[in-house]
Amino acid sequence: MSISKRQFDAVVVGAGGSGLRAALQLAEANLKVAVLSKVFPTRSHTVAAQGGVAASLGNDGEDNWHWHMFDTVKGSDYLGDQDAIEFMCRKANEAVYELEHFGMPFDRTPDGKIYQRPFGGQTRNYGEGPVKRSCAAADRTGHAMLHTLYQRNLRAHTQFFVEWMALDLIRDAAGDVLGVVAMEMETGEVMILQAKATLLATGGAGRIYSASTNAFINTGDGLGMAARAGIPLEDMEFWQFHPTGVAGAGVLITEGVRGEGGFLLNKNGERFMERYAPTVKDLASRDVVSRAMATEIKEGRGAGKDGEYILLKLDHLGAEVIDKRLPGIREIAMKFANVDCTKDPIPVVPTCHYQMGGIPTNIHGQVYVPDAGGEKVVHGLYAAGECSCVSVHGANRLGTNSLLDLLVFGKSAAEQIIRDIGSEKAQKELPKDATDRPLARLARLDSATSGESVAEVGAEMRRTMQLHCGVFRFPDSLAEGVRKMLAVAERVKHTFIKDKSKVFNTARIEALELDNLVETAVASMISAAARQESRGSHDRSDFPNRDDVNWMKHTFWWKEGDRLEYKPVKLKPLTVESFQPKARVY
Amino acid sequence: MVNRIVVGAHYGLRDWLLQRITAVFMIVYIAVFFVQVLSGPTLDFATWRMLFTPQWMKYATLLFLFSLYLHAWIGVRDIVMDYIKHAGLRLALYSVFVAALVVYAAWSVRILWGI
Amino acid sequence: MRFSIYRYNPDTDAAPRMQDYDIQLEPTDRMLLDALVRIKEHDDTLSLRRSCREGVCGSDAMNINGRNGLACITKLADVKEPVVIRPLPGLPVIRDLIVDMSQFFKQYHSVKPYLQNDTPEPEKERLQSPADREELNGLYECILCACCSTSCPSFWWNPDKFVGPAGLLQAYRFLADTRDEATSERLDNLEDPYRLFRCHSIMNCVDVCPKGLNPTRAIGKIKEMMIKRTV
Repeated sequence: MSISKRQFDAVVVGAGGSGLRAALQLAEANLKVAVLSKVFPTRSHTVAAQGGVAASLGNDGEDNWHWHMFDTVKGSDYLGDQDAIEFMCRKANEAVYELEHFGMPFDRTPDGKIYQRPFGGQTRNYGEGPVKRSCAAADRTGHAMLHTLYQRNLRAHTQFFVEWMALDLIRDAAGDVLGVVAMEMETGEVMILQAKATLLATGGAGRIYSASTNAFINTGDGLGMAARAGIPLEDMEFWQFHPTGVAGAGVLITEGVRGEGGFLLNKNGERFMERYAPTVKDLASRDVVSRAMATEIKEGRGAGKDGEYILLKLDHLGAEVIDKRLPGIREIAMKFANVDCTKDPIPVVPTCHYQMGGIPTNIHGQVYVPDAGGEKVVHGLYAAGECSCVSVHGANRLGTNSLLDLLVFGKSAAEQIIRDIGSEKAQKELPKDATDRPLARLARLDSATSGESVAEVGAEMRRTMQLHCGVFRFPDSLAEGVRKMLAVAERVKHTFIKDKSKVFNTARIEALELDNLVETAVASMISAAARQESRGSHDRSDFPNRDDVNWMKHTFWWKEGDRLEYKPVKLKPLTVESFQPKARVY
Repeated sequence: MVNRIVVGAHYGLRDWLLQRITAVFMIVYIAVFFVQVLSGPTLDFATWRMLFTPQWMKYATLLFLFSLYLHAWIGVRDIVMDYIKHAGLRLALYSVFVAALVVYAAWSVRILWGI
Repeated sequence: MRFSIYRYNPDTDAAPRMQDYDIQLEPTDRMLLDALVRIKEHDDTLSLRRSCREGVCGSDAMNINGRNGLACITKLADVKEPVVIRPLPGLPVIRDLIVDMSQFFKQYHSVKPYLQNDTPEPEKERLQSPADREELNGLYECILCACCSTSCPSFWWNPDKFVGPAGLLQAYRFLADTRDEATSERLDNLEDPYRLFRCHSIMNCVDVCPKGLNPTRAIGKIKEMMIKRTV
């Protein structure tokens, strides 16, 4: 079968916040860019971000990037690389002003500046109290941002390949990445997109859990492709559970609700966060709040018939504030919880939300492989956004730092690509086996005449993650989880789809997505079982404390042989003093 | 991507506005007309003729009828634009409507000044 | 629960057909999308677009019992059985519930939906009063699901020439933005018997918008701006 080929300067896989930010930079530099997306760009999951984007603009009260940096380091439970964190926090204001210049409809302060609200873990003067740092467009910040970036890309005439799914990376014998093999979903045709630079911006894989705030499309495609191409995944044991997912539905309720003055109650009507985080209470960082909620539920103080959820009270804010600042939340509560939040509290539970780990990347978006204590850059491959691990979020991400991450590292990856391919005139020759792996995957699905359904195996994977790798983790359960997940991974190789047609075959797409999900799930289970401490979102009953002596290090998981390797956290920032690990109290 | 600049045809607003203005005039005329008719003693041919004797009434009625034709023209043209894609057929229909409306207009003058 | 779903696969079907499904739902299946995902578990040949499942991405717009809406925020308790599900009307069907939206996006793109401002950018943000910002409410929230445009008869007849309610709503979103400097070009772009004036205020768009937006009002505002600049 002959496969057509197209050549580009750069291929961007994914058209969410980081993909679009990068594509914009590349298109404006007049590079020949192709942006691939499984969905029309404005349907990418960035659209669902609600609360805001962090930047120490200081539009309402004093603020500065160093405070932001401290909060991020502390929020990461000292697992974040401090050079990357300094880089991000310093670039934040510029990134947000740029977005405003692009046309982003931010809310405004009375004097016409960008409106800012408090958010979890974001504090004034190194932890003294909440600070207003989250730049918001009502509770639709991600939507406004994604549309603005897409619109700006229209202006730059960026070339989009809409409803194309990247299947696998092309990597030659020297280890260089030369593009991707992708499939046009509408026709089922496979094509080689050869490029001097390939940027993965495919987002997270939150769909490995049963209860997730993530969209159906968040299947870790970039992670799967990287893992199959021999690139390790970093810190995959760290999954953020957002404190406020609508109970039963999983739909996200922004932390902005608490930023605007809402708070959590247990069944006795007690504002229990006062016990867990006396200073900032409900605005402690997400891992802390989620753990507190899970503890309340576990100890029988959950609300509801079976004590299975916590109540998020915001009616005291008044209908006017809710309609102005949190209109989307009112809609979601009404639709998914049957609650009018101007009168009654919303039932919420901690729900899988964000993947702190990902493809190892430096601050210039270059993907690297740990090599004898150092970092060996993978030539031609870049990553940005949730699929990457820079690592600015460490063991726990602060709310509103993710949108910032997309903007800052989307742009810096693009700038690096521009620098890198400026000197490079010709495309490298493609290896002979460039299309072997993806074609074999497709051929297997086409020829399988029996096997398990994709839905069944997928459900088992999600249940396993949910049960064995949740907010609280136990040694026996983790070990069993690893065993189960390896069995699931084996079953994934033998799935079967009834639909063999070409045109928009979503059964085939879901099967291909499961290949990617399961890589992520295996990486997460194995990394979690190996980390013998409690840090950030990773909380183990047998090792209840953080162990800075033995575990101030990043995990790297290789698909081949499920091998693990570790690399110390970078404590040295770019220009300032290090923040030394301290006990984390909010 | 071809950088084709999309520009409107620079018309459409006038017609849209005219249709609204003519509609307003017709409503006012109809209201005045009914008040006139109902305030009269009995409605027979003599009073009907009397109604149209003053010059201002003749002009007002003529303006009403012209408004009606203009209004109808824009409305009919809109319907044709919506549904008739064939250029020849569309032109033919336009011609028929315009011809009919011109005849009606002339006829209207004759009737009014004939009473 | 009973469903009757439009099926068409160009690879295997000569013509579209309606297929009936009677499926056992789980207690956690509350929205129509949950049911469709459940059906797909049994019959993987059913194709549809879906992503966020909370009504912000705009993927799963379809015609539900004769009315356009998003499957993910349509409660199963609110729909009459058998639930008749068809693709969005007026656009070419690619397969099953998936339509070709190129025409829709082409119209959206034609209004230049991006901020145009040639004044050198200030070091910080451009200032905008809260009142001016409020003008954008009810406009910027559009999710481009196409429920409105594909329920608009004017768009059915002239999808290639009429911008349609979604495109016009976005055109007004930039006309209403105090930071945008291209007002006159934008109005020129729209002053056309087809692009703007095919709207006959039928208001199906307002009726179906899953985000509760009002394109007809925005279209009225555009006409108002045109009149103001003429007189």
